[in-house]
Amino acid sequence: MRVLSLGRWLRAGLVLPGGPASRHSGDRHSGHRPQAPPQGPAQQKVSVEVLEHLEQLALVDFRDSEGVERLQKAIQFADQLHEVNTDGVEPMDSVLEDRCLYLREDDVTEGNCTKELLENARETVEEYFVAPPGNIPLVKLEEQKTYLQGSK
Amino acid sequence: MAAMATMVAAGCGGVWCRARQRCARWPGPGSRPFLRAQRAVVCNARGGAVSAGKSGLAPWIPVVGLEIHAQISSNSKLFSGSRVQFAAPPNSLVSFFDASLPGTLPVLNRRCVEAAVMTALALNCRINKKSLFDRKHYFYADLPAGYQITQQRVPIAVNGSLSYSLCIDNKMSQMVTKTVRIKQIQLEQDSGKSLHDDTRSQTFVDLNRAGVGLMELVMEPDMCCGEEAAAAVRELQLILQTLGSSQAVMAEGQLRVDANVSVHHPGEPYGVRTEVKNINSIRFLAKAVDYEIQRQIQELGNGGTILNETRAFDSKLGCTVPMRDKEGKQDYRFMPEPNLPPLILYDAKSLPANMNHQQVINIDWIHERLPDLPSVKREKLVEQYGILPEHSFTLLSEDGLAEFFESVVKQTQMKPKKVIGWILNDLLSYLKQHSLTVKESPVSSFLLADLLNLLEKKEISSTAAKRVLAELWKGEGKTPLETVKEHKLELLQDQKELEQICQAVIDGQENEVMAIKAGNRKVLNKLIGLVQKKTQGRSNPVLVKQLLEKKLSE
Repeated sequence: MRVLSLGRWLRAGLVLPGGPASRHSGDRHSGHRPQAPPQGPAQQKVSVEVLEHLEQLALVDFRDSEGVERLQKAIQFADQLHEVNTDGVEPMDSVLEDRCLYLREDDVTEGNCTKELLENARETVEEYFVAPPGNIPLVKLEEQKTYLQGSK
Repeated sequence: MAAMATMVAAGCGGVWCRARQRCARWPGPGSRPFLRAQRAVVCNARGGAVSAGKSGLAPWIPVVGLEIHAQISSNSKLFSGSRVQFAAPPNSLVSFFDASLPGTLPVLNRRCVEAAVMTALALNCRINKKSLFDRKHYFYADLPAGYQITQQRVPIAVNGSLSYSLCIDNKMSQMVTKTVRIKQIQLEQDSGKSLHDDTRSQTFVDLNRAGVGLMELVMEPDMCCGEEAAAAVRELQLILQTLGSSQAVMAEGQLRVDANVSVHHPGEPYGVRTEVKNINSIRFLAKAVDYEIQRQIQELGNGGTILNETRAFDSKLGCTVPMRDKEGKQDYRFMPEPNLPPLILYDAKSLPANMNHQQVINIDWIHERLPDLPSVKREKLVEQYGILPEHSFTLLSEDGLAEFFESVVKQTQMKPKKVIGWILNDLLSYLKQHSLTVKESPVSSFLLADLLNLLEKKEISSTAAKRVLAELWKGEGKTPLETVKEHKLELLQDQKELEQICQAVIDGQENEVMAIKAGNRKVLNKLIGLVQKKTQGRSNPVLVKQLLEKKLSE
C-alpha cells in the first residue's frame, strides 16, 4: 500500500496527534465516507508562513480563505491513509517497479528543431528564449488584497 | 615565522607558508590586515592543522569537502537523443523532451550508465545493483521542467575512495599519498545555460546543455587545504580522462567543482560550512579554498559567526563573495521519478539467461575492460625504466608525454634514467615556454632519439647537444647530424690537436699553473674553460681535464 507523506513541514503548521486513534488494516469500500478523522478536537489552521512557503515552492495561488479552507480539507482527507497499518511494508513508488528500465543506444536521433521550439515562446532574441532575470520574489500573502478580503 | 618553519615537518605545511605570503599581497575585502601571524595554520601529514602560534591560542582545523559534477562523454543526452556538443548554435541541440514539452518521457542512455559504472569501479565504490531516479524541484529559467531528474535516495554507487599524491614543500623530491573517501556517485541531468543581460533586466536561455548526462561525485570532508583539494581534483581528472567517461576539461564546463569549507577547534564539532561556487580552474580551486579558510578563521577570531551560505569565488580579486538570489535554505521536495523503473545492473553471477544483450549491463564485463589507471601506469613506468616516482608523476601530468618518453627510449641506446632528464628538463621546458602540447612539438621522438644517440656515442658534448636541440626546435626539418655538421659542433677527435691546444693554454697562463702546482685544484677548471673556448666547445671536458692534469704533473 502506498503511503502519501505530505512532508514534515506541513505538520509544523498543522499539528496532528502522535498516532491515529484507530488503526485497522481492512477493506475500505469505495464509497466509504470518512468519519471525523482521528485528530485533535481543535483543528489547527495552516499558518501563514507555511502557506507562503507552499506558494513559493509550488507557485500556486491560494488567493483567499476559501482556497486555504479547501487545502485544509484536502489534508484532512489524505490523512485517512494513516489508518492503514504499514509496519514492515516496503513503500512502492511506481506500479512499474517490476518492469525493465529500457536502455537506449547512444545515437543522435533528435534535435535540430530550433524554429519549432521557439514558435511558442512569447519572446525570443536571436534564437534564445527570453526570461525575466533570476527569480521574481512573490508578493507576500498578507499583502495580497484578495486574501485579506477573503479572511474576513 | 621561525616557529612555523620549525614545525613544518611534512604535509602541505610548506605550501601553507607560501600561500600565506601570497595572501598578504591580495587586496582582500576590508582594510584589516589579512593575516594574523599568531594564528598561523599548518596542515601536517596527518591531515589536521597545528597551530604555530606564539600566543598559544587554540588551533583551527580546516575541513574541506568537494562536490564535483563531471559531464559524461557521450554522443547523446542522458534521457533524450539530442546531441551533446560544446558551442553549437543556441537551442539547436534540443529535443522536445529537453524543452519539457508536454507528452514527452525520459529514455535512459546506456552509454551514460556504463560511464558511471566505469568511474565507480575505478574509484573502488560499491555499486548498487538497484538504483532509483528522483525528481529535485526548483524553479529557474534554464530548468524548463521545474525539476531535475537525479538519484537522491539510492544512487548508482557509494563508499569509494580516491588516492592522490601531494609533493611536500613543492620540491618534487618527497611525495605523500593521501586518500579522500567518495560518499556517492549519482547520475543526473544538466540544466541549460542562462546568459544574464542586466542592462535590459532579462535572461537569455539556451537549452543545448539541458539534459546532458552528469556524474555527481560527492566527497567526504577529508581534506584540509586548497593544495589537497587541487591535487585530488587533478587526479580525478586524469582518471576520468583515462577511462574516457568524461573529458573533464574545466574550462569547457565538463568538470565543475563546488567546495564546502568550515573550520573548528580540535575536539569540537564541525563548524558552520559555506559552499564556494564559480571555480573555473584547479589553480583557482586551491586559491578559493585557502581564502575561504582564512576568511572564516579571521571572522571567528574577531568574534563573528559564519553563515551557512553560498559564496562565489571572484578570480580577479582572489576572494569569495556572498552570492545573491539565495533565499534561505532550499526545499527541493524530492519525489520518486514516476516515469522510470529502478535501474538494475548485473554481474556475472546474476546475469539473466534469456535477456536481450543490449538491455543488460554487466558490471564484471566492464571491470575486465577497464584501462590502466594513472596510479598503475606510474608504477609501471618506475618499475620498467628505473625512473623516480616524481618523474613518473610529471610524465603522466602532460598529455602524451609518457608515450613520447617511451618512444625515445625505444629508439636510443641512452639509459632511460638519462633520457628522462632530457624529456623533463629540456623538452618540457621548451613546450611550456611556447605553450605547446606534446603533440604539437616541433621535435619528434625520432629526432630527439637521434640526437641523444650522437651524445651517447660521444660524437658531441652535452653542451653541444643542447645547442643542437635549440636549432631543432626551429623545426626547419634538419636532422641532428646535419645541424652538428652545419654548426661545427662535433667533438674534436684528433688527440694530438687537443694536446697542442692544452699545451698552448698552459703556456699562456703562468699564474694559474703555479697556483695549481701549489695545490689549488679549483683553478684547473679555469684552464678547462679556456681550452673549451679555444675549441669552441668541441672538446670533451673529461678528456681535457685528464690531458691538463697529465701535462701539469710532468
